[in-house]
Amino acid sequence: MTLAVDVSGLNKSFGDKHVVQDLAIQVETGKITGFLGPNGSGKTTTLRMLCGLLTPDSGQGKVLGLDFRKEAERIKRQTGYMTQKFSLYEDLSIEENLTFVARVYSLDDRRRRVGDALERLGLENRRRQLAGSLSGGWKQRLALAACVMHEPRLLLLDEPTAGVDPKARREFWDEIHALSAEGLTVMVSTHYMDEAERCHDIAYIAYGRLMARGTGEQVIERSGLVTFRGEGPGADRLSRELAGKPGVAMAAPFGAAIHVSGTDRAALEAAIAPWRKSPFRWTEVEPTLEDVFIHLMGQSKDNFE
Amino acid sequence: MNATRILAVLAKEFTQLIRDRLSYALILAMPIVQLLLFGYAINNDPHHLPTAVLVQDQGAFARSTLGAIERSGYFDILETARTPAELDRAIALGRVQFAITIPADFTRRVVRGDKAQILVEADAADPSTTGGAVAALSGLPQQALANDLIGAVARPGGQPPFEVVVHRRYNPEAISAYNIVPGLLGVILSMTLVMMTALGVTREYERGTMESLLATPVKPLEVMIGKLAPYVLVGLIQTVVILVMARVLFDVPFAGGWGALLTGIMLFIVGSLALGFLISTVARNQLQAMQMSVFYIFPSLLLSGFMFPFRGMPDWAQLIGSLIPVTHFLRIVRGALLKGLGLADLWPSLAALAVFVLVVVSLAMARYRTTLD
Repeated sequence: MTLAVDVSGLNKSFGDKHVVQDLAIQVETGKITGFLGPNGSGKTTTLRMLCGLLTPDSGQGKVLGLDFRKEAERIKRQTGYMTQKFSLYEDLSIEENLTFVARVYSLDDRRRRVGDALERLGLENRRRQLAGSLSGGWKQRLALAACVMHEPRLLLLDEPTAGVDPKARREFWDEIHALSAEGLTVMVSTHYMDEAERCHDIAYIAYGRLMARGTGEQVIERSGLVTFRGEGPGADRLSRELAGKPGVAMAAPFGAAIHVSGTDRAALEAAIAPWRKSPFRWTEVEPTLEDVFIHLMGQSKDNFE
Repeated sequence: MNATRILAVLAKEFTQLIRDRLSYALILAMPIVQLLLFGYAINNDPHHLPTAVLVQDQGAFARSTLGAIERSGYFDILETARTPAELDRAIALGRVQFAITIPADFTRRVVRGDKAQILVEADAADPSTTGGAVAALSGLPQQALANDLIGAVARPGGQPPFEVVVHRRYNPEAISAYNIVPGLLGVILSMTLVMMTALGVTREYERGTMESLLATPVKPLEVMIGKLAPYVLVGLIQTVVILVMARVLFDVPFAGGWGALLTGIMLFIVGSLALGFLISTVARNQLQAMQMSVFYIFPSLLLSGFMFPFRGMPDWAQLIGSLIPVTHFLRIVRGALLKGLGLADLWPSLAALAVFVLVVVSLAMARYRTTLD
């Protein structure tokens, strides 16, 4: 197993806000790693430090086998970074944007590469359309095409599908999997659970610290979380009553049902006992990633606030 | 109409205004600074203008006349030339505004009542500077020698004892356009170039495209050259348009000095662009970039000698004025077009512009970050 990213002791502060704290992260080559965590947890800052957009206060390690602090310039050449906000030129056409990127990376055979990218996107006959006039989904696909045109070995995507419809998101992810199959290492930050499940690996960070790491199943397993699902008339309304009980880490409505989770099985069962009768039906279920993340979020808050 | 809703918008607007510290500072600073600065600095009837004299007559009347000239308050005699060539050079280079010659036969002719004359040459490139002083000269012959011409040499019938010949050089008909049009070149170039680059670069930050750009291997100097070069062309096109119109519509004389003019224009364009770039590294959004540009352009209009006579300003304002690139650019353009001065004569202003370019480019480079820190 080779590591595309292997950094540790990463720290970054803005003023008196310690945004990233002693973060260590390893990413296997060719894998898609999902970066999850609440807003303001340091995901964007970490991605920016990895691609040289921000200077870390401290930290050491390698990105693509290069010292990530001293060889930022060489890392930049082999890294594609897609920003959260659409950041191509809206007043340039699709083709002009791609040509600009090809020039900035001084790519050879520019015409062919731009042509290939357009073909891959399926935008050949809209090449002269202004990028600003594209829909959200197309903008993201264009941005992705632009940041892989120089054939990077590492791709950093910062919430690439925020505000994009489900169909466009699926197409976007199919593209990411296709790129990964070609050997590209991908780090992608997201808030969507379905996207987290599409990643080979998950890293959960909150308040600048790495809270959980591994595949989806591993993260769920290691959380030690027990979840009961309650069904019955008005079950979803029970969350308020259950939330404060000892042993209940969280109680959240899931449609007409309710999910109640906690790490202490006995306490949890005691908490739901008053409702464990007709007309309610309770079953123990495997916690979802969302259950785990919300639980982790609550936990980290306790630790850091 | 609903008062609560109006209040809601009103309160929100005030809160936003106070949060936007730079705008807030500018809103307060603008009137105070500009009022103090320009209120005290601008003077449309400048006194104490630097004057050089060539006195070829050692008689008492010559001394009295010079004394009267100084007492008028308009002329400060700073240089005493020994030859006409020396006198000519002082005014050509702009060291003095006036060159006064009292001929060798002055006293003799006054005594004889034989059409005595003194020659006052004015640098009328900027007619507004010299206007008041020239007007003051008209009363001079009557009074200058009033205490000397008594007894045997007293004038009959109150006829003036001598005549002042005023020679307006560089702009004999005192046509304002000769002064304003070359000045406009400097003002228009600063306005468009500083503002365009300041906004252009800030826009990249605001729209987020700078973040993508920084993630690529492109270097700061490459961004700067690539972003500014198109505007150099814009500046050159503006220059050609203004100069052609100055010639065709306003008959502004082109006395030569092309070497100095071209060098000055290039330095000025590059400096203005770099300044715009520097502003963009400080401004957080396009509005701030705009405000800062305006803050630069105001003194450029008012303290550079474009709108109001530079020599009419008090010393401290002249000092501030001489830190403004437009001031030096105006001296170059007017010197070259109206007086035909070349590189050898205009080097102090050219050097000032070169220093400006150097300082601003280095500051901009130092401030431009390849990271988002």
